[in-house]
Amino acid sequence: MKTYELLGEKPTRFGFGEGLVALGERHSNVIVLGGDITGSVLTSMFKDKFPDRFFSIGIAEQNATTIAAGLALSGKIPFFASYGAFCALRNADQLRISVAYNEANVKIGGGHAGISVGPDGATHQVLEEVAFLRTLPNMTMLVPADFEEAKKATIAMGEMHGPAYIRFGRSPVPMFTTPDTPFEIGRALVLREGTDVALIACGAMVWESMKAADELAKKGIQARVINSPSIKPFDFATVTAAARDCGAIVTAEEHQVHGGLGGAVAECTAKNAPVPIEFVGVKDSFGGSGEPEELMEKFGLTWKEIYASALVAMDRRDKGSSSVRAIKDVPQYQ
Amino acid sequence: MDVATKQSLDFNTTTFGNERKDPQDLIPIANEIRRDIIRSLVRAGSGHSGGPLGSADIFAALYFGGVMRYNPQDMHWDGRDRFVLSAGHMAPVLYAALANAGCFPKEELGTLRKYNTRLQGHPGRDMHLPGIETSSGSLGQGISIAVGMAMSDKLVDGSDRRVFTLTGDGELQEGSVWEAAMAASHFGLDNFCWIIDNNDCQIDGRLPDVMNVYPIVDKCVAFGFDTIEVDGHDPADLMRGFDHFLGNQARGTGKPTAIVAKTYMGHGVSFMNDKFEWHGKPPSKDQAAEALNELAMMP
Ligand SMILES: Cc1ncc(C[n+]2csc(CCOP(=O)(O)OP(=O)(O)O)c2C)c(N)n1
Repeated sequence: MKTYELLGEKPTRFGFGEGLVALGERHSNVIVLGGDITGSVLTSMFKDKFPDRFFSIGIAEQNATTIAAGLALSGKIPFFASYGAFCALRNADQLRISVAYNEANVKIGGGHAGISVGPDGATHQVLEEVAFLRTLPNMTMLVPADFEEAKKATIAMGEMHGPAYIRFGRSPVPMFTTPDTPFEIGRALVLREGTDVALIACGAMVWESMKAADELAKKGIQARVINSPSIKPFDFATVTAAARDCGAIVTAEEHQVHGGLGGAVAECTAKNAPVPIEFVGVKDSFGGSGEPEELMEKFGLTWKEIYASALVAMDRRDKGSSSVRAIKDVPQYQ
Repeated sequence: MDVATKQSLDFNTTTFGNERKDPQDLIPIANEIRRDIIRSLVRAGSGHSGGPLGSADIFAALYFGGVMRYNPQDMHWDGRDRFVLSAGHMAPVLYAALANAGCFPKEELGTLRKYNTRLQGHPGRDMHLPGIETSSGSLGQGISIAVGMAMSDKLVDGSDRRVFTLTGDGELQEGSVWEAAMAASHFGLDNFCWIIDNNDCQIDGRLPDVMNVYPIVDKCVAFGFDTIEVDGHDPADLMRGFDHFLGNQARGTGKPTAIVAKTYMGHGVSFMNDKFEWHGKPPSKDQAAEALNELAMMP
């Protein structure tokens, strides 16, 4: 099996920017709409290369989303990007009706995802949009783990037909995939084999899961690490197989523990192969200012939390039916 | 304050009162606010310089010219007028104004944007910093919150409390701003004062290049506002604008007031002046020293 190693660090938003340029070169009907933060979400790269196919809409995310729907209904492939707080949630109704219900071929790039945004604080650290977008019929929802995957995901969403959203971050994150690493919408990828426990993650938490697996291996525990960038459509087969083979799962994401990747895994396994799951993510709170690393530590978004959760999930599995928690032991956050 | 104190990167303990004063006496206060903005941003290592520096004169008039009624020792006092920073990214100027009013120790300005600080990158109500009436940072929402507050004061409580809000001019591109404006005039909120920081700059460039929102004054008039244009760096002109609003409320005109303040982004620090590139970055250590040197030469 291929092994993955650390290849450096880069923010995923640069993968989005490069992906857009690649799409622009291949398809003359790719259009990009700006929302006044084009340098930050890297739509500036497309703007510089294809100024005639870039339109600045200003600070008007609802309008940009619906304008994109109009462009899509006219045969164009419009991308609009802003911070996820504003281009997934501010415009939620527009996404639901004008984009998803219309099956309009609109593509959204949502930056500043998660608390690794850092000092800007809670208002800008979007932690809820995966849950929302995952519930929209017709929507494709992608959360790439590193720079290269973000680039591939951007190109893939541009070349499929239908509404799609990609989530990316502000701060540098480890790079470990290469241009040859497979990526397909709807597919999860096993990064490391194991049958003791499955660690299923997306975004920046994938590499943290790999680190947790290294630490678990030191204790003789072989963890299967699964990168699940495609939140919707979801890879039910890979997740179900992991549940059957390992019998215990940890999910990890830089998002509320409610409704995101963890929710998707729980829905899948509850139906196909019920096993104990522990959820690593933000536990029903808003973020705050600070440096990304301090915040990731504070909110329990590191390999340590994944490691500890793996031991809990395995313990619950090993107790069998006695893993059913007494009401007094039910954790406040699921 | 001597020049050395003004140049210092450290916070001092000087505070200012809110009594009516000769507009010229607001100038040193605005400049102290500017110095504190520089001091807090250089420590933070991130954050917005341009808008906060450019609007320091507005905040000096509002908080220190006897316009807004508040008690720095009790920012929950029932009779206070309220201020909502709709342009939440401009938090450094609001924090500096509140600290110079004595709402909290100026030293705390040094915690801007840091872990567990009450001075969040964008105002966070969850932090209970005295003087922060609401969380903000998603553009175009604060003004609606302010309208709701003004409705509560005037239409429900029948009180004479006032509500002030400040939006950026790029912020005017958010359609919800105009929904708020429509409601303010529909409900006859003469206790509502909307200040627009018209520096013609936003992140990607000049307003007309990103998305033209001009003519701003005509739009405000069309939306039913008694609209007055002022030089946002001239304290006397700013006071004329605020007095106009106070007069409107006293006379019960039944019309909200809009003050379109012409400003320059980064005003007071020449290498930042009128440069949209300074919207969202802090000064380096050297730049902060240079800025403080320049500001020390001012009153
Ligand atoms: C709804 C929303 N969209 C986008 C942003 C990102 N953003 C923060 S400040 C800003 C520019 C604001 O321009 P302006 O109101 O003119 O303020 P100034 O540049 O003068 O400080 C943008 C786009 C945001 N905070 N909220």
